[in-house]
Amino acid sequence: MSTTTVANHEEHHDHPTGIMRWLTTTNHKDIGTMYLTFSLVMFLVGGSMILGIRAELFKPGLQLMNPDFFNQLIGVHALIMIFAALMPAATGFANWMLPLQIGAPDMALPRLNNWGFWLLPPSAILLTLPFTLALFGIGDGALATGWTFYPPLSIQGGIGVDFAIFAIHLLGISSVLGSINIIVTLFNMRAPGMTLMKMPMFAWGWLITAFLLIATIPVLAGAVTMLLTDRHFGTHFFNAAGGGDPIMFQHLFWFFGHPEVYILLLPVWGFIPQILQTFSRKPMYGYKAQVYSLWAIGALAVVVWAHHFFTAGMPVPALLYFMYSTMAISLPLAVLFFCWIKTMWKGSMTFETPMLFAVGWIILFGIGGLTGLVLADVAADAQYHNSYFVVAHFHYTLFAGGIMGIMAGVYYWLPKMTGNMYDEKLGKWHFWLTAISFNLTFIPQFFVGLAGMPRRIPDYALQFAEFNMISSISAFALGLSQLLFVYVIIKCVKGGKKATDKVWEGAEGLEWTLSSPPPYHSFTEQPIVK
Amino acid sequence: MEPVIDPKSDSNDVRRKTKAEQDKANSKLAIKMIWVAAGSLLFAFALVPLYDVLCSITGLNGKTDNNAATLNKAKVDESRSVTVQFTAAVMPGLGWNFYPKQTSITLHPGQIETVLFEAKNITSQIVTGQAIPSVTPGVASVYLKKIECFCFVNQSLKPGETKIMPLRFFIDPAIPKDVSEMTLSYSFFEAAKK
Repeated sequence: MSTTTVANHEEHHDHPTGIMRWLTTTNHKDIGTMYLTFSLVMFLVGGSMILGIRAELFKPGLQLMNPDFFNQLIGVHALIMIFAALMPAATGFANWMLPLQIGAPDMALPRLNNWGFWLLPPSAILLTLPFTLALFGIGDGALATGWTFYPPLSIQGGIGVDFAIFAIHLLGISSVLGSINIIVTLFNMRAPGMTLMKMPMFAWGWLITAFLLIATIPVLAGAVTMLLTDRHFGTHFFNAAGGGDPIMFQHLFWFFGHPEVYILLLPVWGFIPQILQTFSRKPMYGYKAQVYSLWAIGALAVVVWAHHFFTAGMPVPALLYFMYSTMAISLPLAVLFFCWIKTMWKGSMTFETPMLFAVGWIILFGIGGLTGLVLADVAADAQYHNSYFVVAHFHYTLFAGGIMGIMAGVYYWLPKMTGNMYDEKLGKWHFWLTAISFNLTFIPQFFVGLAGMPRRIPDYALQFAEFNMISSISAFALGLSQLLFVYVIIKCVKGGKKATDKVWEGAEGLEWTLSSPPPYHSFTEQPIVK
Repeated sequence: MEPVIDPKSDSNDVRRKTKAEQDKANSKLAIKMIWVAAGSLLFAFALVPLYDVLCSITGLNGKTDNNAATLNKAKVDESRSVTVQFTAAVMPGLGWNFYPKQTSITLHPGQIETVLFEAKNITSQIVTGQAIPSVTPGVASVYLKKIECFCFVNQSLKPGETKIMPLRFFIDPAIPKDVSEMTLSYSFFEAAKK
């Protein structure tokens, strides 16, 4: 079957080899691989930063670091995990899989694609360089404001803030370029006959993500630019002394920041249903309902931002509006949950590693969603705001809902990408270690949060000691389990049982019609879809 | 909703685009999308004046009107009274002492009152400061009318100088019935250097 689709790949255009191959490549598979590798490396970097935090929080009192360094680790951990680990992972999958899924020969704008990736390593360096500079006595370290950059703290901060602002600019340009590429690819490059409503769900998830990105990332870029001019060029956007308003920054930031949450999750909501249908061996339930729900969530995402700072002061009608609109998001999300569960209902299910991650993902992400409803309540939020309850909530959505979802995707597509089966036994070990240690890390944080432990503080009251100890030990277990993940991936890349073209018995879709691994140039003649 | 794939068929109703057609369509759509991104960057800066307009209408951010209110001839509403509390803060970088001479006042809406604040420069240099007011609850901020205030202009103090600064104000009788207490806070900043 694959022979007709790879007709032209014999003709060679002298590819550069070695490092130049990767620097100059415009091939969507190469770029996808680079995105995914970069994401994995930064995931480990961001993870080791938070292990520093958990080591400090192992016991009350200050043992390992001064509070300023603690603050730097927290802020950079978040920025790295969001912008350098989760987003590039999703973009990596988009590069690898979208052209294969829609029967396109490559992404629509291959050169832009290359540039989009190569902006990432410099921005990662910008984020982490201030740590190193501080060791040599230059500046006072990375930004210590938390990832949200709130003024007046960020106006007073050291050069770390400037580094982070420029990193955000580069990361922003990179994601906007990536998004434009994805929109153009999905609108223009689909195989003849594949209407929008025949697109795979992953393509839908990414299409909405891409629109959210080009609508909101420039707002963040604008906000941090204002911050930069406030810091160095005498403007007063956020400087109260000159008539500015620090609260306005919170509005601008979260106008980007809330859609960002869905930017991180929508691609995952795209491919998880595909994994569920593969291992349930029956068609996806409620395709149309899912597409409409994704759009509804995408639209609601941009009108609910102020629920992140209910306590900053707002008129009651505004509080009510933001509370009800936030809670309204749970309706389309409930439709999605229903469709995901109904897809598995009465299917002949098997539990290979991707399916374990997908099912575990539904449960854990569900907990993240439900605890979000608690925080959306204005009255309850006054109590829980800025506590560890919030930290636990968004790690259930972003670690379980984001990263564990991405891991499901990695195991699902790794045999397709490498041509080798991964080690199923180790994969299962990785799932169980991750799921158990993740819960043991964050469930105690719900408890200490409810009891009033504030986030972003290096010290805490003695009453929280036991829960923090459990949380820290589990966090190290969670971190070490990820080394197993790296090992499984490396082992799979190096060799293993050959994967068949279809890889999974129940797999459906164009990417499974190609060989494993797919040829360097695929679909040079587009297939016709009926 | 899985597509049925038939790579061999070349039916008449669907046709593959040529390379040139494809490239043209791609760059057209890409340019449109760049305009969208540029538009949202503009939108970010447009939000700054929009936010100010919204705040002055709703009192969202607790800012009071920083222009002198015209003397109000409206009747004093003696049927109820409002307590206004005063707090004062000096922001980092400004070497002043600054506090209100009285911490609260109870008055009828429409009644004009004067409250005094005292500032002292404890440095050995001439320092210029600017006071920024903020009212809690925010909804009350638009009803606090200032006839005269030290916050309307920069205040300059010589080394060691003490200055008594007046605030003359009234509460608009249109203030919602459920507001019986409000806090007026002044933060003194070092005036931004011109």
